[in-house]
Amino acid sequence: MAQSGNFSKAVRLGLITGVVALSVSAIGMVETFDVRDIITGVLTLGQLLLFSTALISGYFSWKKGEGVTPLGAILRGLVAGLLTAVPPIALILLTVVWPDIRNSFVNVTPSLIEILTFGQEPLVGSLILLGIMGVLGMIGAAFDLLSERIQKPLLYGLLWMLGIGLLSEILLLILRPYTPRSLLNLLFGAKGITPATAVVIFVLAVAINAWWTARGKEATAQRRAVMSPTTASRLRRLNIGLLVVFILILPVIMGTYLTEVADIVGTFVLMGLGLNIVVGFAGLLDLGYVAFFAIGAYVMGLLTTQSDLGIAGISFWAALPFSVLAATLAGIILGVPVLRMRGDYLAIVTLGFGEIIRVLVVSDLLKPYIGGAQGILQIGKPELFGFVFVQPEHFYYLILAGCLLAVFVSWRFRDARIGRRWMALREDEDVAEAMGIRLVSAKLMAFATGAAFSGLAGAIFASRLSSIFPHSFNLLISINVLSLIIVGGLGSLPGVVVGALVLVGLPELLREFAEYRLLLYGALLIVTMLLRPEGLWPSPIRRRELHEAELEHAPDDSEETPSLA
Amino acid sequence: MSQRFKDIDFIGVFLWVFRAVIIVLVIYGTVAKLFLGVGNEYTFETWIDFFVSGLSQGSLYALIALGYTMVYGILFMINFAHGEFFMSGAITSTVLVATFLSASGFLDAQPLVSLLLITAVAIITSISVALLTERIAYRPLRRAPRLVPLITAIGASFFWQYFFRGLFGSALIPFPVPESLQGRWTIFGLEFLRTRVVVMVTTVIALILLNLFIQRTKTGKAIRAVAEDKDVAALMGINVDRTISITFAIGAAMAGIAGVLWGLVFRQVHFYMGFVPGIKAFTAAVFGGIGSIPGAALGGLLLGVIEAVGPPLFLEGLGIAGAHQLKDVIAFTMLVLVLIFRPQGLIGEKLAEKKA
Repeated sequence: MAQSGNFSKAVRLGLITGVVALSVSAIGMVETFDVRDIITGVLTLGQLLLFSTALISGYFSWKKGEGVTPLGAILRGLVAGLLTAVPPIALILLTVVWPDIRNSFVNVTPSLIEILTFGQEPLVGSLILLGIMGVLGMIGAAFDLLSERIQKPLLYGLLWMLGIGLLSEILLLILRPYTPRSLLNLLFGAKGITPATAVVIFVLAVAINAWWTARGKEATAQRRAVMSPTTASRLRRLNIGLLVVFILILPVIMGTYLTEVADIVGTFVLMGLGLNIVVGFAGLLDLGYVAFFAIGAYVMGLLTTQSDLGIAGISFWAALPFSVLAATLAGIILGVPVLRMRGDYLAIVTLGFGEIIRVLVVSDLLKPYIGGAQGILQIGKPELFGFVFVQPEHFYYLILAGCLLAVFVSWRFRDARIGRRWMALREDEDVAEAMGIRLVSAKLMAFATGAAFSGLAGAIFASRLSSIFPHSFNLLISINVLSLIIVGGLGSLPGVVVGALVLVGLPELLREFAEYRLLLYGALLIVTMLLRPEGLWPSPIRRRELHEAELEHAPDDSEETPSLA
Repeated sequence: MSQRFKDIDFIGVFLWVFRAVIIVLVIYGTVAKLFLGVGNEYTFETWIDFFVSGLSQGSLYALIALGYTMVYGILFMINFAHGEFFMSGAITSTVLVATFLSASGFLDAQPLVSLLLITAVAIITSISVALLTERIAYRPLRRAPRLVPLITAIGASFFWQYFFRGLFGSALIPFPVPESLQGRWTIFGLEFLRTRVVVMVTTVIALILLNLFIQRTKTGKAIRAVAEDKDVAALMGINVDRTISITFAIGAAMAGIAGVLWGLVFRQVHFYMGFVPGIKAFTAAVFGGIGSIPGAALGGLLLGVIEAVGPPLFLEGLGIAGAHQLKDVIAFTMLVLVLIFRPQGLIGEKLAEKKA
């Protein structure tokens, strides 16, 4: 076996990950993320990002079954890791010969170079970086040498440790009222967790996972198997009951700040559920979805505001039906012209609609009626039996009620005849029509339902913030919602929640993500489509379909591309 | 059955009413403006100015639209990220070349050489971004359901926007215009902004070169063959993947040229500059007939002119305040109208079966 012959893969991979490492440094991600400590004094998020490139490079630098000896594997990892360090080192040296680089590349700052060189002189720092990346490459390569029984617990331990370290600020916020100060000081550093905590979490997670794979999984499965049906259903009900109680008392646990984040996530869940009907169920890609959110918010604003723009001055509850109705109507009206369009044309036209509405809202044309760029202020708050909703905690329950309603409607629709029609429509419009499905009503129904949810979300949004501005309703909201339902899993109801938690919740909690949010969304959309098109929490039907399609198309190369069909 | 006919009738009537209302509004606005004197009074020179600025704007749309139309012709997909190819070339060449040339005085001393240099860098950047995007986000998904590459295209679009924002910052970056191109030239007794003339001339040259390339060279022939039928082309010994990459590269090169010209006209570049021109260029491509290169050129010019002349003509005629703010509304409305009423465009072939 010629060892030198197939180093080319490691070299190529190392260079690619090297460019990635260079890119994340040059666009400022490493520096921005460096403010968040994962393990105090040991590892920051920025460093994790940088180092993970070498780890990944090493891991993929060789594949089992290629007849590579362990030494050969580690050597490949070393090569990949070292090469990963080369482009960032080139950047370090470039700053030496071109000190004004910052005038062109705004994010190549002295502090970035300090991170890359670990505070040393450029040459010394470069060597340290090279050494670390090389070692990490070797570790990455060596990891694949281990048997799966060892790999899995280790991976779990690592993920738990990093996850808890990453979210330590939030954990601290939750735990502070309940935990003695001395214990907190032991567990958490100034930022992030202390090294000791990290080790403890790692060991615990590894132990639990190892035990679970070795014994627990089987034992639980056995216990499940002998359980009588009544006990099983009782257990399920108990689980659901516990979940409901947990969701209900969540604001009490989380405190005001985190509840506000939950409110934002909830608003996106509500919108996501609506768009999920349009895109996930009926397969109509709508990029102007924010328009309905805006319409719901503006109708609520105009009807309840105390300012001069107000036209009715009615209460939140009286205005809510009008908001939802207006959005629904808009959904139908915008739906009619696009009835005969499919796929990508539909996407562009709905995008055009969204932009038309945005331009109109800020224009002088409608300014006298809806306030132009100044927006609408003093929007009414909901009131129930003399109780006024003011705090994020109050809105939490309102949004939760909205989400539950939307989940219920989506769930019932999905399994009803209309849901079947949507799915048929999604699979093949022509066949669906030939089967006697009325496309017009099915499509309009999807647009209307989706718009209604979005309008509801908009109405609550307006009331929660009590002022709205046109710039809150830009295209990025549509992209946000689209990304979350795709990453969560198109057509899947739990997927919407998971997607919103990951794509909206996390960036809200980790403030430094804000600037790179859309960059990450874009990358996530591509990665999801490439590696896991069914999403994080797929709907069972969708998963089956996608894998079926793979089976059909993979071996058959002569077939006409389905993009033409 | 009768229920179905009712549906179609209702939709048909709705669309007819929609079309009639738009036509009536445009005619009424034009008449009111020209004969009843609603809104501002414009001289003949001003109208010519509107028209010429529309033409030069339209040339830019045409150059960008070529990329959409060529990719659509081959892959039947809307390359949503094409606007970003345009942006990447413009912003990179501005930051890394134009700014330095301007500071050293070389830009004013050798404007032609400088602009060629800037354009070369823009083209290289745009092509690199395009090839990367094609390789990573489109090629592996060529046999996936239609929605999938569209989603990755949207992803790629936002990825590149914020990638370049990270590299060069979110501020407006001034594009240095050589002294010799500032001010106006007098041609046929009319004054034209010099940059606008440069834009139009460059576009015409680029279009002619592109046409020669597609019609006369072997690669051009391969592109046409792949657009006709990928599988048969492959049987004839054409490397389909390579040809598709070349198509992306040509489209991106045109976008790169457009990026530099955009900088000349608007004197600034920005990470977000690709988005709206991208959609409008797509409108132009659809307007002319997507898949057709002359169609893209025609559609671009027409869109530019309508967008420039429309607001002062019929929007002001309708008595709309701040008509110039609604320029984008005209473009997007046109997009919607064309897609509803004439999806094959002005001179496009009937693609109904292929595309749908």
